[in-house]
Amino acid sequence: MADLTTHAPRTVDEIRTQYTELTRRKRLYGGVLLVLFIAMMAAGFRTADDRNAGSFYDGIHRILDYPGEVLAEASQKAAELPGHMVHFFPALIETLNIAGAATLLGAIGGTVLSLLSTRGMAPWPRLIPVFRRIMDICRAIPEIVVALVLIYLLGGGPVPAMIAIALHTVGSLGKLFSEVNENASLKPVEGLYSTGASWAQRMWLGVIPQVGPNYVSYALLRFEINIRASAILGFVGAGGIGYELKNSMSWGQGRYDEAAAIFILLFASIVVVDQISGSLRDRLTHGARKGATA
Amino acid sequence: MTTMDINAGPLKGQMDRLFLRKRLLNFAIPAAIVLYLGYVCFAFDVLGLWQRASLDNARTLVADSYSYKTHVTRDNRSGQVTYAIEGERKGEYPDGMRPAWVAATGDTTVIDLEDGHVVRFGPETIEYDIPGYGLVSATPSRSKGVQAVLPEGEVPEWINLSKNRLAITTDAGRLTVTRNRAEVFRYFMGWELFFFTLDSPYHGMGAGALLGRALSGEAGAIVNDVWTNKMWRHGDVAWAIGETILMAFLGTFGAGLVALPLAFLGTRNFMPVGLVRFATRRVFDFVRGVDSLIWTVVLARAFGPGPLTGALAILITDTGTFGKIFSEALENVDEKQIEGVASTGAKPIQRYRFGVIPQITPVLLSQLLYFLESNTRSATIIGAITGGGIGLLLTQAIITQKDWEEVAYYIVLIVLMVMLMDWFSGWLRKRLIKGDEGGH
Repeated sequence: MADLTTHAPRTVDEIRTQYTELTRRKRLYGGVLLVLFIAMMAAGFRTADDRNAGSFYDGIHRILDYPGEVLAEASQKAAELPGHMVHFFPALIETLNIAGAATLLGAIGGTVLSLLSTRGMAPWPRLIPVFRRIMDICRAIPEIVVALVLIYLLGGGPVPAMIAIALHTVGSLGKLFSEVNENASLKPVEGLYSTGASWAQRMWLGVIPQVGPNYVSYALLRFEINIRASAILGFVGAGGIGYELKNSMSWGQGRYDEAAAIFILLFASIVVVDQISGSLRDRLTHGARKGATA
Repeated sequence: MTTMDINAGPLKGQMDRLFLRKRLLNFAIPAAIVLYLGYVCFAFDVLGLWQRASLDNARTLVADSYSYKTHVTRDNRSGQVTYAIEGERKGEYPDGMRPAWVAATGDTTVIDLEDGHVVRFGPETIEYDIPGYGLVSATPSRSKGVQAVLPEGEVPEWINLSKNRLAITTDAGRLTVTRNRAEVFRYFMGWELFFFTLDSPYHGMGAGALLGRALSGEAGAIVNDVWTNKMWRHGDVAWAIGETILMAFLGTFGAGLVALPLAFLGTRNFMPVGLVRFATRRVFDFVRGVDSLIWTVVLARAFGPGPLTGALAILITDTGTFGKIFSEALENVDEKQIEGVASTGAKPIQRYRFGVIPQITPVLLSQLLYFLESNTRSATIIGAITGGGIGLLLTQAIITQKDWEEVAYYIVLIVLMVMLMDWFSGWLRKRLIKGDEGGH
C-alpha cells in the first residue's frame, strides 16, 4: 500500500511494470530465504546426524523395537499391569503435587511480581525495570539447572523439583500476568485510593477481581506444562513418576511391564489434566453459561 | 429498573445471599490454598528436609564457584613436591615450574600463605607457623603415624588431630598431613586458568603483551591455546551450545514442516471426511500426551545419545502441539479470500498458496519463533537425559561434585543462550510479521 501512495503511477503500463517489479523482488527475497532455510535445515540435520551416537538411517528401522518389546512384554503380563499401576500411583501423586505446588507458588510469586512491574499499579514505579529483569532471569533459567544444584544441596526428593519449577513459573506467569494487568481498568484502583486503601487492598479488591479469570486460565495452562516438567525432573533424580520410570528402565528386559504401567499412568494423567483444564479454561475465557447471573 | 421498586424485598435477599457467598469465597480460596500448601509441606517432608540439607555442601558450592585452590603436595615417601591447581592433573605445573609464593631450596620447601602464615616442608618435619597461635610441627613416619607437636594449651577446634592425621584449617589455607603425604591448599579468587593452562607459553601474560604477540603473527596460536584449554574446554563448550541450539532449531522447524500439511487434515473447512479429521486430531493429542520425556526415552533406544535424538524428540512432541494450533488457525481462515482467488480461475494449489497461506503465516511464524525460544530450554533438559549439548556438560559437571566453577560457568552460558534466543526470536518475529503487512 505504501508504494502506491508515495509514488502514484499514471498509466496502466506503469502500474503493471511497478507491480511485476514488486512481485519479482518479493519472490526473489522469498526464494532466497527459502533456499537459506532449506540449506540450514539440511546442514543442521547432517551435523546432528554426524555427532549422534547412532545414525538416522540405522536408527529409523529400530524406532519401533523398544516400544514393541515393551508392548510385547506388557501384553504377556497384562494381568500384572493394574497391580503395578496401584504400586506406582503414589509416585504419580507426588509428580502431580510437585506440579501443583509449584504452579501455586509460582502463581502467587508471579502475581506479586507482575503487579510490581505494571505501570499504574506499581508502588515503586522506578523499580519496574528491576522486577522485569528478575522475571526475565527466572524465565531464562531452565528448571533442570536449579533442580540439579538443589539436589546437591538438599538431597534428592520432590522439594528441589518444586522450587525449580516454581521459580520458572514465577517468571513465565509473571510476564503473562503483567500483560493481563496492562488491560485492566485503573478506575477501581483510583476509587479505592480515594477511600484511603493501602496498596495491598487496592490490588486485592481493585485489580484481582478484574484479572482473576485470566490469571486462573494462564495458571491452568502452566499446570499442564509443569506436570510434564515435573515428570522430566523426576528422571534426573527429583522423585515422582519420572524417577520410577528411570529405575524400571534401568532394570532392562524382564521389567518392561513396570515401564509400560508407568507410561500408561503418565500418558493418562497428562491427557486427563489437559482435557479438564482445557474445558475449564474455555469456560473462564469465554464466560460460563451458568455463572452469567452471578 | 421498575422491578427494583416493586420487588425490593426478594431482590435484597438475593443480593444478601450473593454477597455472603462472595465473602465466604473470599476466605475459602486463600484457605484452600494454604491448606493445600500445608498438605504438600507434610507430604514432601519439608521439615525433615531442612535437617537433611547440607550446609557444608552449600558452603563448598558457593566458595568454589568464585574461587579456586592450588594444592602443594609432598609425597612423604619420596619427598617429591608437586603443584597442581585444584589438585587436577590437567592443572599441574610442569617440571621445574612452581607458583611464585613457593620457595624451594634443597630439601626444604617454604610455602607462603600470606598474612604471616608460613608452611615449611622440611626433609623430616612439616611446620606450620600460625600467627597468634604458634608453631605446629608434625613428623610423619610409616611406623608411628603422624607425630604432632602443638603449642601449650587446649587444641583449638580448627585443628583436627588423630594418630595418623593432622588437619589445620585457617583463613589463609589448609594443611593436611598423613603418613603418606602432606598437602597445603591456598585459596585464590576468580576462575583459574580460564584462558591458558600452565603448559601454554601464554600463561600469565598481560592483555597488552598478548595483543603484541597476536599482532606479530601469533594470533592463531593464542586462539588455539584458548580454544583447546584442557581445564575449561572452550571448544567443547561452544560445540555443546551449538548442539543445543541445533536441537531446538531442527526440532521446532522440522515440527512446523511436518505439522502444516497434517493440520489441513484436522480442520472442518478443509477436510470433509469426518473420520480422517477425527483420526488426525487424536494423533495430535496422542503425540502431545505421550510427552517429550517418553519420546526421548524411546528415541534414545533407537538412535543412541546425541543431538539428533534430542532434535527428533522435540520434533515429534511439537508436531502434536503445532498440529493443534495450526488447525485451529486454519479453521479461522476467512473464506472470502479463498473465493476471491478461486474466482480468478486459480487451481487448488494456487488457492492454498494465495488464499490460505498468507492468512495463517503470521500465526504460524509467531508460534514457531515462540517455540524456538522455549525449545532451547527443553533442549538443555533433553540433552541432560539423552546425552548431548550443554545439558550433558552441566549434568557431568554437577555429578563430579567438585567443579562448581564450571557449573557456574555453564549456568551463566545457558542463561545467556536462552536470553539471546528469546531476543533473537522476538526480533525475527517483529521483522517478518511487520514485513508481511506491507506486502499483501
